[in-house]
Amino acid sequence: MLLELIQLIVNGLVMGAVIALPALGLTLIFSVLGFINFSIAAQMSIGAFAGWLVNTQLHWPLLPVLLVAFVVAGLIGVASDRVALAPMRKRPSSHMALMVAIVSIALNLALENALRFGFGSGLNSFEMPIARDVVIGEIRIGPQQMHNLGIALLVAVLLAAFFTVTRVGKAMRAVADNPDLARLKGIDPAKLSNLATFIGMGLAGIGGALLAIDTSVDPSTGARLLLIIFSASVVGGLTSLGGAVLGALLVGVAAEVSLLAIAPVYQSAVAFVAILAVLLIRPSGLFAGTAGVRK
Amino acid sequence: MTSYLVFMLTLAGVYALMSLGLVTIWGQGGMVNLGLVGFFAVGAYASALLSQSGVPIGFTLLVGALVAGLVGVALSFVTRPLRGDYLAIVTLGFAEVIRLVATNEKWLTGGSDGLAGIRSPLKPELGAWHPYFYLLLVWAFAGVAALLLTRLLRSPYGRALRAVRDDEQVAAVAGKPVLQLKLKTFFLGSALTGLAGGLYAHLTSYIAPDGFVPLLTIYIFLAATAGGYTRVVGAIVGSVAVVVLLEGTRFIAATVPGLNAVQVASAREFVIAVGLIAIMHLRPEGLFQSVNQSAAAEPASAPGTASAEASAEPVGSTA
Repeated sequence: MLLELIQLIVNGLVMGAVIALPALGLTLIFSVLGFINFSIAAQMSIGAFAGWLVNTQLHWPLLPVLLVAFVVAGLIGVASDRVALAPMRKRPSSHMALMVAIVSIALNLALENALRFGFGSGLNSFEMPIARDVVIGEIRIGPQQMHNLGIALLVAVLLAAFFTVTRVGKAMRAVADNPDLARLKGIDPAKLSNLATFIGMGLAGIGGALLAIDTSVDPSTGARLLLIIFSASVVGGLTSLGGAVLGALLVGVAAEVSLLAIAPVYQSAVAFVAILAVLLIRPSGLFAGTAGVRK
Repeated sequence: MTSYLVFMLTLAGVYALMSLGLVTIWGQGGMVNLGLVGFFAVGAYASALLSQSGVPIGFTLLVGALVAGLVGVALSFVTRPLRGDYLAIVTLGFAEVIRLVATNEKWLTGGSDGLAGIRSPLKPELGAWHPYFYLLLVWAFAGVAALLLTRLLRSPYGRALRAVRDDEQVAAVAGKPVLQLKLKTFFLGSALTGLAGGLYAHLTSYIAPDGFVPLLTIYIFLAATAGGYTRVVGAIVGSVAVVVLLEGTRFIAATVPGLNAVQVASAREFVIAVGLIAIMHLRPEGLFQSVNQSAAAEPASAPGTASAEASAEPVGSTA
């Protein structure tokens, strides 16, 4: 029983680490641009397909595959943002954030169907070497899971460095913490928006590729996990980058441990309940910025 | 061809009822509901299951609407402290959970096989005339709902509701029962959506989780936005327009050679999505513009668009 629990917690941490990447992307975009970009689900699938193409056609190994996933998802993310969402954001309206969110749902649908048009809706898989599970004590970890965990950690460390060392990264954090104060200090959030979208959607692309390596590549690879990713972001407070990572780990563990009590098909429902529970206790998320001024 | 046309017009009536629900909750109440399809499914399953256990259909429609409305109240009560963004995620999640339940609780919903052979009112009696009868029935529901809603939104309740939508704090200070207004509105909107679900179930005589995908929510957002999401008349016109667009793309797709079924379906969904994006860009207020918003809330609009009715409505005077 205890062993089973530990195994589930380990699985949850691995799952959480992978979810953390798109959740970070979503949080970054929400922090800097002020709206929820639902097209993150399609961008995950785009990353998965981009990686799958270079993997199966050109036989590239894991790391360059993920780099391709990052760049392609990032570029398409920025391009579609410029075309579909950016002009909407300029409109003076009290419902702006919401209208943009709805347009991003439509954008998600458009991108997903563009993929379906091009690749069909069948399931594809990566060509990755099959290796045996690593057994520590009696806890099993698949090599793919180890890779996922390692890569997610690596990306998180790179991001942390970017946000603490570089000027642009610091500016982004300033906007996330307090957009008004950042503007007073001369940081223009609009100027950061392209970069934030690129990094955010790129992270979604890596996350999508990692998830697809574990499961399958198809146009709804990202959509299947949308609720869990939102849950991670919301639990983390939607504006806290560190919170998004912690939220992802928490939601990942909660979803896996819940398997002890409920059927696997209801894992997304656990994420939904986690959203509700957290929002009822702390309406702004568990790890929202301490300043508490963001409205 | 005629029967196809009749079916499509009936479907437009179902969409019109859902759009009316969206206009109530979103356009007039200012609350997001990305979970429309969830309430639609609740109404459809409730009505279908009841009628399969022998309850008369008029009654099952009513119960379906009531159940959907009560679920709406529960959801909006639980989420009452949430801002728009969070509410968007929660309502979207709600619809997904409903679909999960419908897919997995086989004993109740038949799982992914769905429920087949749902009875339709007077079908054996009317025979070939039944589709026409059902068309009239659905549009009668939509028409009555539209009339009642128009009256309701002109009443003190409607004015107070718009006050809450435009500025919750000011409305609260003016003595409006903000939470109560929001709950009532969510009840009304989700009950209309549930009624649409019930009518849909008895129209197609078959429902399954596959029919309750988020895409349907997008259709309704497109319908309501195209028509003008704050207006009752907009919901009606927008729904007909969406069905014409949906079916039109079916015919256009059929003329393009060399496409397989998946490509045709995805091309149509793509067109719908791009259509919604384009409408939001070109005419975010839709065909029928809002007539009762204060001029200050819409700095971009010309002063003439705020009607005399709006300026003659002091917020504090409502009962």
